[in-house]
Amino acid sequence: MTKKGISGSSFWDEFIRKRQGVIGGLMLLLITVIALLASWISPYDPHDTISATAKDVLAAPSPGHLLGQDEVGRDVLSSVFYGSRISLLVGFSASLITILLGCTIGLLAGYVGGRLDILLMRITDGILVIPTLPLMLVIIAVAGRGIGNIILVIGLLSWPYTARVVRAQVLSVKERQFILRANAIGVSHFGIVMVHILPQVLPVIFASATLDISYAIISEASLSFLGLGDPSLISWGSMLNRAFLRGAVSGGAWWYLVPPGFLLAWVTLGLNLVSNAVQEIVNPRLRNHHLFNELKIVSLLDRFSPGAAVGAAKR
Amino acid sequence: MKNIENILRRVLFSLITLAAVLTFNFFLFRIVPGDPISMIASPRMKPETREMIREQYGLDKPIWFNIPAMREQGAFSALFDSQFSYYLKNTFQGELGQSFRQKVPVAELISARLGPTVLLIMAGEITGILFGTVLGIIAAWKARSKIDAAALFIGLIAWSMPPFWLGIILLTLGRGYLPSGGYITLGATYANTFERWLDIGRHLVLPASTMALLLFGAYVLVVRNSTLEVLSEDYILTAKAKGLSSIGALWKHALKNASLPLVTVIALDLGYALGGAIQIETIFSWPGLGRLMFDSIAQRDYPVLQGVFLLLAISVILANFLADLTYSVLDPRVEM
Repeated sequence: MTKKGISGSSFWDEFIRKRQGVIGGLMLLLITVIALLASWISPYDPHDTISATAKDVLAAPSPGHLLGQDEVGRDVLSSVFYGSRISLLVGFSASLITILLGCTIGLLAGYVGGRLDILLMRITDGILVIPTLPLMLVIIAVAGRGIGNIILVIGLLSWPYTARVVRAQVLSVKERQFILRANAIGVSHFGIVMVHILPQVLPVIFASATLDISYAIISEASLSFLGLGDPSLISWGSMLNRAFLRGAVSGGAWWYLVPPGFLLAWVTLGLNLVSNAVQEIVNPRLRNHHLFNELKIVSLLDRFSPGAAVGAAKR
Repeated sequence: MKNIENILRRVLFSLITLAAVLTFNFFLFRIVPGDPISMIASPRMKPETREMIREQYGLDKPIWFNIPAMREQGAFSALFDSQFSYYLKNTFQGELGQSFRQKVPVAELISARLGPTVLLIMAGEITGILFGTVLGIIAAWKARSKIDAAALFIGLIAWSMPPFWLGIILLTLGRGYLPSGGYITLGATYANTFERWLDIGRHLVLPASTMALLLFGAYVLVVRNSTLEVLSEDYILTAKAKGLSSIGALWKHALKNASLPLVTVIALDLGYALGGAIQIETIFSWPGLGRLMFDSIAQRDYPVLQGVFLLLAISVILANFLADLTYSVLDPRVEM
């Protein structure tokens, strides 16, 4: 596909060989399956109104309710399954906004350069230094707690990092021979960016996209935990908000506190593993260093003579 | 000379960002439909108080520019006789308005809550950096070993944890052994200051550990990767060739260079730490700015919300500016 750098197919070949990437991918697959099948695999519908008695309140796990019941007698397992939908929905849609914005700005800044680059990067840095969660809190507190607002706010505030990474990659690709040649034979700027630069930047975009998704998921959960989640939806964050406020901690209701948080950590860990694997492929400097491998031999030889250590290290 | 120019450019950038934050903070609380006074004054205030606030904020004036007044008076300065200029004037005088709920100036509320938040973040940062750096360097040094894998895994897990969940877990685990909420034991009397600090320290353990764990993950990963990058440089090979031991090479060359990214991460992470502080303080009833923010959201106490946000934003902008300065001192090659 391209001359230098990482082309699509060899990238996937390498990715498949990275153990942490594959593990992360499988972890995400499991959650996606749960989210897609939530209405089939959930034993109860958490949206149903329920006639709960006093013994259903924060009831411990039982054969009827594998993860116990919450403060109004709903089945925790079902809520957790349904909650995965909100997390993934927010994660994907907010990060889609993030990636589109980040890529456009990064590509423009890196490819066009000059004053536009300076201007765009100053704006990027400006947003980067404003504390994000407090900013999201203020906006949602004023603008309202709908899921649309939450997705928009997360998406519109998270792009600076992506823009920076994309720009850096564009800068390093821009001066390569085949780009200069494409320019010389009269390929349009749009064509060069789309056909020649974008494929080279894709792995970097992919790596930062996984981080964007995990960031969006954590942001939604944090907002919901702080009481700014969409009141009509069940999400992991809002479950923990209710669990925390309605005495699950003092009641020792671990079955209510642990599962939503565990799955949140599960999803973000999966995304981080994938992102880490991609970054190792993209950034070869992380693969090897000069104290690595020879270390044992060198430290053994060090004790005898410095000269021998040199020989070993040069191997 | 060039350096001074760079510093000035940085100062200018920080000032522009600050101006943007001020404008945003003004604008956000006025885009809400309805009388702007409802955003600033509580509906339950006495009419006289509302009138006083209306006057103080210039709410009878146009929002941005007062063109009619300029035409009328023929003076250019009348153009700025607007709500926005009143807001700026008030803010620069530290006048952040009145809390709806507590009937005290917002500035007073904030200054009472500042200390606990600073204490929490400092304790968390120091512990997090200490453990994160040590583990990160060991991981890089023993790259591709089981130790590295374990360190990476621990770092990744700590990094992947939702901050508030980490807090809930520590709260559940620590209940019974350590105080689970508040800043001091209520109603306690102390023989001396030392005893008082000891009590605060005991209350600090759980929230600060949560904060430390939260930051620790990022520090492990950053220090590991930057050390690894430095160790792949040819001058490390040269140092080894000259007969420097592995630990010597690590200490003399790698550490210094690997600490550079850490400086930026600490500053950039301050925003993240503050976000974490909101959640941690909420969980542990720690009477800091974060808890104040949480309470003011729940009570729709907008002046307080606006004031806390402004302070947090200014702190992070300042921290980033200082980090840039430090960075250029540590690494003279860096152009700011």
